[in-house]
Amino acid sequence: MTSRLEAVGWGVVALILVALAVPWFMWGSDAVAAGLPVWVWWHVGWLCLTSVVFWVFTRRAWGLGVEEVTPRG
Amino acid sequence: MAELAIQVGILLGYMFVALGIGIVAYRVTDRTAEDYYLASRTLGTVVLLFTTFATLLSAFTFFAGPNISYGAGPEWILVMGLMDGVIFGILWYVVGYKQWLVGKANDYVTLGEMLGDRFGSLGLRVLVAALSIFWLFPYVMLQQQGAGTAVEALTGGAVPYWVGAGGITLFMIVYVALSGMRGVAWTDTLQGAFMLVMVWAAFVWVASAVGGVGAATATLGDVDGNFLALGGGLYSPTYVLSTAISIAFGVTMFPQVNQRFFVADSKAVIKRTLPLWPVLVVLLFVPAFMLGAWAKGLGISAGANDNVLPLLLAEYTPAWFAALVVAGAMAAMMSSSDSMLLSGSSYFTRDVYRPLVREASDRREAFLGRVGVAVFATASFVASLFQPATLLEIGDTAFGGFAQLALPVIVALYWPRTTRWGMYAGIGLSQAFYLSSVFVGFVPGTYFGGWSASVVGMVLGLVFTVGVSAVTTPDAAEDPSVYEGLSAD
Repeated sequence: MTSRLEAVGWGVVALILVALAVPWFMWGSDAVAAGLPVWVWWHVGWLCLTSVVFWVFTRRAWGLGVEEVTPRG
Repeated sequence: MAELAIQVGILLGYMFVALGIGIVAYRVTDRTAEDYYLASRTLGTVVLLFTTFATLLSAFTFFAGPNISYGAGPEWILVMGLMDGVIFGILWYVVGYKQWLVGKANDYVTLGEMLGDRFGSLGLRVLVAALSIFWLFPYVMLQQQGAGTAVEALTGGAVPYWVGAGGITLFMIVYVALSGMRGVAWTDTLQGAFMLVMVWAAFVWVASAVGGVGAATATLGDVDGNFLALGGGLYSPTYVLSTAISIAFGVTMFPQVNQRFFVADSKAVIKRTLPLWPVLVVLLFVPAFMLGAWAKGLGISAGANDNVLPLLLAEYTPAWFAALVVAGAMAAMMSSSDSMLLSGSSYFTRDVYRPLVREASDRREAFLGRVGVAVFATASFVASLFQPATLLEIGDTAFGGFAQLALPVIVALYWPRTTRWGMYAGIGLSQAFYLSSVFVGFVPGTYFGGWSASVVGMVLGLVFTVGVSAVTTPDAAEDPSVYEGLSAD
């Protein structure tokens, strides 16, 4: 993969992380599970997912778009 | 009386521990400005994580945040998670990691220095420092005001406001002047861990006292406006997004947070820190803000000027525990204020005083930095005694003010065609617009169905930075290469 395509791909991932941190599709819902509103659980889960995605990013693509591009090999 | 003695004892005990850490840090600190302000860029993962955490998450966690949840429902959990956990995390890479590389390569200590050097402009350096101090000073004042009020409330008025606020100011001057960044970061680590433990202890204690988490949450359905339902009342989608976006970008330009972008020891430290960040954020805010909402469901009555969390604890937990949590809140307040003092002082001595007044030696600058801390803290304490309305308003809108700086800085970091005039236009016009939305009556505060003036100002700043850069040519003194060709190895 070229680094430009990779940067766009990670950009899209970042946007999705931002876009769904708030469960907009549950707007108005007052369902409760295990003592907390379900939308709180969604958010907790989503931030855990965000942590995992950040971790994958640090392993796979760190430096992308920020450090100078150098050919890999 | 015994209760008062326990409360004051806990606060004093906590301060002595922090002071002890400050003294140890002083003993290992070199007498240079870079070591004083940045601990010579040597922080490891745990300290970097917790110093950023404790610095960013101020007394808001214990007081204002639960108060909002009490008044409007627990949706601030989402605002905070989106803002600090997700957007700030991404910006930590986009802005923070880039700044770390640039700062390490060129020995920058402040944001103004980084921009001034790139654009060959002392004027831009002074402008950025002056704007930062303009927004920072009243914000420090608000922290002191909060500390004084909290001590007064905790002790039932036995310790008056000015003694509480003054005592904490004096204490901060001593240990920040002594220890610099290293000591501040170490005490932050203690404070951050303490905050987390206290919030969870309070959550568990209150839940078990009322019959479990489920029973506490069930009370929210009966609250007027149904606190269980997502959205409604204060919380519209544009409010949630505007607040999260504006504050997340604002935070990156707050001097005490921005300066932390420079201090990591290595690339590996930043890489280890980032994935831990969102989990840490959610760990702190879910319990803190649920407690605020529960207080409403459980029928705690808090006036407009009361902090609801201490009232809730007073109802369900013993006095010593409530005092511990208030000590946790003071820890949160101090861990933000001490970093603000240090950064405010570095902006002033390094970007305003030293270049404009005369060149000072490195050793002398470290000394001036300490004097700066004392002057800054004393001035904001005096201001907090009078609490002028204008300063209160500037403090309340500070995040938006800092947010206006973020996009011009990001453009400058990544787009080599950015020019000095583009920066002046982007920063100057967005600040002018935002300030007039706060202070000029006929300039509205929201636009296009609820977007805040801060977000609109950010877009203006972006457009002007790019647009004016595109139609102007760079001066011979401008050097985009200082931000390029960097790698960590």
